Amino acid sequence: MAERDEVLEQPPARETEAPGGQRQRDAEFTTVSGRPIKRLYTPDDLPGFDYGRDLGEPGQWPFTRGIHATMYRGKLWTMRQFSGFATPEESNRRYRYLLSQGQTGLSVAFDLPTLMGYDADHPLAEGEVGKCGVAISSLADMEALFEGIPVDRVTTSMTINSPAAVLWAMYLAVAEKQGVDWQKISGTTQNDILKEYIAQKEYIFPPRPSMRLVIDTFEFGARFVPRWNVISISGYHIREAGATAVQELAFTLRDGIEYVEWGVRRGLDVDEFGPRLSLFFNAHNDFFEEIAKYRAARKIWARVMRDRFGARNPRAWLCRFHAQTAGVSLTAQQPYNNVVRTAIQALAAVLGGTQSLHTNSLDEAWALPTEEAVTIALRTQQILAYESGVASTVDPLGGSYLLERLTLDMEQGAVEYCDKIDAMGGMIAAIEKGYPQKEIAESSYQFQRAVEEKRKIIVGVNEFITGQEPIPVLAIDERVGEAQAGKLKRLRETRNQRRVSDTLRALERGARGDDNLMPLILDCVRVYATLGEICDTLRGVFGAYEEVSVL
Amino acid sequence: MEKKIRVLIAKPGLDGHDRGAKVIARALRDAGMEVIYTGLRQTPEMIATAALQEDVDFVGLSILSGAHTTIVPRVCQLLRQEGLDDVPVLVGGIIPDADIAALKQQGVAAVFQPGASMENIVRFIRENAARKVTRDE
Repeated sequence: MAERDEVLEQPPARETEAPGGQRQRDAEFTTVSGRPIKRLYTPDDLPGFDYGRDLGEPGQWPFTRGIHATMYRGKLWTMRQFSGFATPEESNRRYRYLLSQGQTGLSVAFDLPTLMGYDADHPLAEGEVGKCGVAISSLADMEALFEGIPVDRVTTSMTINSPAAVLWAMYLAVAEKQGVDWQKISGTTQNDILKEYIAQKEYIFPPRPSMRLVIDTFEFGARFVPRWNVISISGYHIREAGATAVQELAFTLRDGIEYVEWGVRRGLDVDEFGPRLSLFFNAHNDFFEEIAKYRAARKIWARVMRDRFGARNPRAWLCRFHAQTAGVSLTAQQPYNNVVRTAIQALAAVLGGTQSLHTNSLDEAWALPTEEAVTIALRTQQILAYESGVASTVDPLGGSYLLERLTLDMEQGAVEYCDKIDAMGGMIAAIEKGYPQKEIAESSYQFQRAVEEKRKIIVGVNEFITGQEPIPVLAIDERVGEAQAGKLKRLRETRNQRRVSDTLRALERGARGDDNLMPLILDCVRVYATLGEICDTLRGVFGAYEEVSVL
Repeated sequence: MEKKIRVLIAKPGLDGHDRGAKVIARALRDAGMEVIYTGLRQTPEMIATAALQEDVDFVGLSILSGAHTTIVPRVCQLLRQEGLDDVPVLVGGIIPDADIAALKQQGVAAVFQPGASMENIVRFIRENAARKVTRDE
């Protein structure tokens, strides 16, 4: 293939002499992922390039230029700041503030005990309650979180994975209490367990029962909550863990393939659940490489859905994605520089055609963001949307020799990884072998070495270092844990214990069989069984997962 | 032959972000040290037991979740109970400036904040290992 030869012909990185004997800086001309970049790109870099085949019109096959014909002329991306901290009441205040400032969707960050399926009063939750997100242990907490926020008027994204079915059930129960029809609510549960084993490591159960839970939500959503995005197949965390751009792209898409395979095996119709799948990518520093990544993602996903899974519904071909600027790129040193980094990353996501975007706040290398910092982050998106002019035209960089070359290279690199994982027997087999974990660990170590050797410069960290004044950071009250534990104690005293035990027993029986567990989990949360009680019941049946650490 | 420096790298608490812990573990190993990596979700008790059983010279804790204010004092206390007063504890991760003094008071030898270089961490361990040998003799 022509593309392949081109990659091999890339010049050595430390090119110091350009044509005509002119000197170049003795720098490493590579992307943040280590991909060599040539001095100049010309039509010669795109042999046989075909507009219709390789690009197509936006909204048309293969969707390289975007999933809609009008893109941001039709509708701007959703500005969705991920937030949550301390108690449900405090987070509720932050959500109302963000909505009043023009944010257009909510995105809930949960604390670590919630992510791991422990109640706020569990011994392992000590010191962690409300620290990295909001503490939600029961429906009562979820009710407080959405107090005064009509769930049919906002779309809500929830970053929850291993216990996603439980937290989603709580949200659905809140909708019931608000008298809102499930047909009318929309939002996303991250629900991507595979990347937890690969990168973020917030897993509870072993891979196979976890996958069953995910597919249960697919099936339930398709029947009862048709506008819900039942999964956000996430490369974000894979990248944060140290993957290169192409590894992020490849592992995310291969995870996506795994979910679709499991859905099809359950008997679900790919034309029906395919359009409910969405993806989530990182927006890192390397501007063009990132834009190429999003464009390649659309192309590959369309082909996977149509050709590998036979989807006939064109909406099932669309790679709809959320993007978040790279938390890992934020520096604790000279934190105001992070505003600039975030703006560049956000611009890449927009030029790459994202459907929604989270911009990180300048203080997040230190703590969860203050209200002031998160406002600047939101304003960054608004400036891009309303002042920069980039939202006026679709795929403005399409046709750039560099960008088209990078898009083809990204595509090829990702497809090669996917083929390798197919040959291993799929993503679960690859995870059990530690394959993606090893690849990521190697990339992150190589990057750190490049930073130490100053082959990669990080402004304010390994070059241009100055002393600094500390910035204000958000401190989470240490008493949040006690407060939440107190609420749980009162809840356990006042709820109907008999109904709790009955629904948990029914869930246990269901878990031992192969019924869809969503209705049973809903029964549990409606009578205020706690997250910890529900997850413990499932742990009793499924067991708990422990990884073999690879260095 | 000189005895290799033995370092326990541990991830306490519920946080699963292990990029830093793994990079440091590899850097120390590449620097010729013996590294024991505990893996994720270690309780303070498990860490103290591992430090004792593995007869390590240093304990490195990686925490990014904000739980260091609860977890680190507990690890230091348990190490003392096990008679490991001479094993320096290093903490790496997202540790605000305001918390450093309190951590050092609890017995932490050094705190490495975001952006700390592998080279500095290696150097700190080597220098303190040399000091320990001199003191022991």
